[in-house]
This record gives sequence, C-alpha cells and structure tokens, in this order.
Amino acid sequence: MMDDVRARVDRLALPWNAYGSDPYGISKRDLVWFFAAATFLYRDYFRVRAIGTEHVPSHGRAMLVGNHSGGIALDALIVIAAMFLEKDPPRLAQGMAEKFLAKTPFASRLTNRLGHLTGLPEHVVQMLEAERLVLVFPEGARGTAKLFWDRDSLVHFGTGFMRLALQTRSPVVPFGFVGGGEAIPTIANSYKLGRLLGAPYVPFTPWIAPVPLPVRLEVRFGSAMRFEGNGNEDDATIEEKVEEVKRRIAALVAEGRRSLRVA
Amino acid sequence: MKILVTGASGLLAREVVRKLRSSKHEIVGIDARPWSDAPAGVKIHVVDVRKRAAEDVFRRFRPEAVIHMATVTHLREKSPERYRINLGGTSAVFDHAEAHGAKHVIFVGRHTFYGAASDSPLYHKEHEPPIGAHAFPELADLVAADLYACTALWRIPQIKACVLRVCYTLGPSRHGTLAAYLNPRRVPTVMGFDPLFQFMHEDDVARAITTALEKRLHGVYNVAGPPPLPLATLIRAVGHSPMPIPEPLLRFAFGRFGLPLLPPGAVTHLKYPVVIDASSFKAATGFEHRYDERQTIDSFRAALDSEA
Repeated sequence: MMDDVRARVDRLALPWNAYGSDPYGISKRDLVWFFAAATFLYRDYFRVRAIGTEHVPSHGRAMLVGNHSGGIALDALIVIAAMFLEKDPPRLAQGMAEKFLAKTPFASRLTNRLGHLTGLPEHVVQMLEAERLVLVFPEGARGTAKLFWDRDSLVHFGTGFMRLALQTRSPVVPFGFVGGGEAIPTIANSYKLGRLLGAPYVPFTPWIAPVPLPVRLEVRFGSAMRFEGNGNEDDATIEEKVEEVKRRIAALVAEGRRSLRVA
Repeated sequence: MKILVTGASGLLAREVVRKLRSSKHEIVGIDARPWSDAPAGVKIHVVDVRKRAAEDVFRRFRPEAVIHMATVTHLREKSPERYRINLGGTSAVFDHAEAHGAKHVIFVGRHTFYGAASDSPLYHKEHEPPIGAHAFPELADLVAADLYACTALWRIPQIKACVLRVCYTLGPSRHGTLAAYLNPRRVPTVMGFDPLFQFMHEDDVARAITTALEKRLHGVYNVAGPPPLPLATLIRAVGHSPMPIPEPLLRFAFGRFGLPLLPPGAVTHLKYPVVIDASSFKAATGFEHRYDERQTIDSFRAALDSEA
C-alpha cells in the first residue's frame, strides 16, 4: 500500500523543490505517512462512500465548501482522503486550520507540513491564485461543536469564503457530509476545559474521548457553482449567495442521510 | 557615480562595495570598525555615522547615492544602545544626504520587520504593517528605523528613497543572524514547531542591493530569492541536527548549556515564519537570484566543513 500512496503523492501537481518541500512548507515525506494512515481509515475503518467527485475540477483553483459533522474535524480528513484517492490524478485538498492550532505544539507543525495553513483570508487567496484546491467549512468551530441530535443541521455560515471565491473567480463545489455525528456522537462540549487547553472547546462522547466508531460515512459533492461579482458587494448581496450555497449543502446532506439509511 | 556606503566594513557591505568598485564607481565608506584590506581606491572613514566627522565625509565627498547599511542586527548590543545606533544613525544619514545633495538613498532593512506571530500570513507584501514588535521588543529599533526611512519617501521629494527588506542571508562567509544560529552541531529549536525560513545567498543579496542602486529604485521592496524551507529541513541540510526543546525550557536555557544567548522574543521567530513576497522587487528590477536553495545551503555547508 505504501508504494501506491507514494506513487499518488508523486502525481500531486505541487512544485516540489530538491528537499521535497513546496513554497508553502508542504512536505512530501509527511504527506506519504499521512495518506497511508488516511487510506486505512477511509477504506477499511470507516467504509467511506464518496459520490460526485467528478464535480471537483481535475486541475486549477476551486473551493470545496461543506458542512461539519462530528466533534472533531473528521470530515476534513475524509474529504482530503477522498480527493487523494478518488480523483485521477489525485488532488491535495488544503484545509484552513483553526487559529488555535498554529499556537499548539506539534499540531502547528503537522497542519503546516500537510498544507493546511492557518485559516486567514490571505492564505485562501494565495492558495487559489496558485491554482490549488481549498477546503472550507463556513460553519467554523461552531460546526464541529454540534451535538449528536443536531448532527445533520447547519449552523450559521460565515460569509468570508464567498467574498474570497468572488475575488479570485474560483468555482465553489458544495458537499454534504453525513455519518460524522454517528462516528463521534458528541453529548457535551466543555468550553472551560477548552480554554484551559487553548482550544475552542473539548467534546465528550458517551465513552468520554472523541474516538470515532467504525461507521459508514458518506460525502456527496454537488455540481460546481460559479458566482458573478468581485467580492466587494454589500453584505446583503453576499449573504444571498451564501444562502444559495447553504441550501445546496443542506440538500446534499439530506440526500446523503436518505442513502445512508437505505445502505 | 559617487557612492557612499555606511557600515561599509560589515561582511555583506564589503561584498556590495567590491561589486560597485568593479563597475568603476567611486566609493567612500563610513564605519566605526576599520576595514584594513579594503579594495584599492576605496577610502574607509573610521567614524560613527552619528558623529560630526561623519557629516564632514558627506560634505566633502558629496555622494550622488548613499547605501545605508550601518544598522546593528546582532543582539549582543544592549537594546537602548541599538535603538540609538539604528534609529539615530538612520535619521542622521537621511539628514546628511538631504543637506549635501544626494539623489538616491537605499536603506537596507530586514524582513523580520514584519514580525513573527501565529496569526500572521505567509508571503508578506510591502504594504503590511509590522506586527511583531510587542513579542520581540529587541527588534523594535529596526522596525522604527525602517518606518523612519519610509518617511523619506514623502518628506524629501528630491531624493529617490528606497527601503529594502531583505530576507536572511547565508553563504560561505558564515556571517549573519541565520548563519550564527545554524553554527552549532545541535541547533536548538522549539519542540513541536517547524516554521519556514527564507534565506538567500549572500552574493545574491549584494547583487540585489547594487541592482536597486543601478535601477534608481524608489519605494519599499521585499528582497528574497528561492522559496523558503522548513527550519528542521534547513538544519539537516547544513549537516547539523535539530535539538527540539520544550518552549518554557528553551526560554530558560538561552545562554546556558552552550546555547546562544538570545532574548525571549527570539523564540517567536523559531515558532512562526516570516516569509516575504519579493515579486514587486523582481518586477521593478528584473532581478533573478543565481543561487537556488540547494546551492546556497551547500556553499554554507562547505565553509562549515572546511572549518571542521
């Protein structure tokens, strides 16, 4: 399997230098071990079903926009693995890391080496202008904090992603993710403990730690959405466009939920 | 052209002087440190740039261009003294340049101007404000000198003022902040952090400075060469090994156990990257670096090995 992973990492369209590093600090060596682990989780542990990956452009800039489901960013890991394993040639989806991760030892190094830069608008623009694939969760940390019974709902969407998509003329590929809530059923979040650890919150499951169950997960991509504008529109105009994306994601989540029940 | 170089005895400035001299410019240097084997025809005045004798050099030589490289960047000097040298020196140089008819002044600053922080983006552009001074007060003087030099852009319209923010230099001289840091066999790093480090061959840096002079560059420009590398990769590439130390211990360990004496603020530069976007400089001058990251590292490594 390692050879297969290595071969796919070699086929990623990234400008590696002689030390196996790209201009943003992504490390080829770290991608190999990460994707080896992610492939196991994707194929053997969770039995992921990815539908509609053909809607993601094979090259060039695009923004993957979806919902959070589950107490930690398991959904991000699965979408990144789906882009690596299901696309041909493979693509590296680059998430935007929560700001607290940049201050956290080891997490800081890990997110940087794997291409998940600190979630700043400048980084989104830089990645898109470098024709990369950016992964965005407009619900932010509020989205991962959803409790089990709210797992398929959508919380408030930030609007920053839409302005950046318009500014860089990038297509938005919506996706709906289901099953994360079953894998990590959060029954409570401790915001106090989170503050103590420098994280937004710490999720608790019936078995305390957010260790995921081996359940079926489904990620469903919709067709790419292109919006007209330059990113300088007033808030109301931007919010309309964001609502449109949110409705598409809600529909994809509902479809995913139905198909997960049948399966 | 008549060119005055302040801080001319510094290792990087010497390279700049040699390059200018080889293109037949007339050079005079000012530095508090002597340069005994300066190239023939280059007169070095051993004087502090803030002293009256320094102004007399301007008055008698009447340079057409001034390259200001007399800033103290090492941290051995105590902060208040550095503040006086770096800010006082910069203001004196611009005053004298204005008073004695210079047409072009280049301030050679550092990319650390932008500061290192967890929430600061990669590839800083020139318009971005400095954010790191609170975390690293020892660099506040360089930030102030840089901003002061920028005021010349509107204050002294008859002078073409140019502020260069240059990334770390590395090369066979083994001189400079980064070279000194990479010098020990085991290089202390902050456990769990591995920021990008941006560096450029010292010969390319000297050439970038002379290019700015030849092109009569006006404005603020970042200067960098090859793309940055993660710190641990850089340390291994020079043949040394990273020694990760938990941050609270590292702050305590500076200056002990054979580790360099660094102020606590230096830790932020070992945790978070300062990476600049030099595309404006390249577009304005057509400058291209000649040494890529591997050649730069190898030249430094060869110098280290020949020492050992």
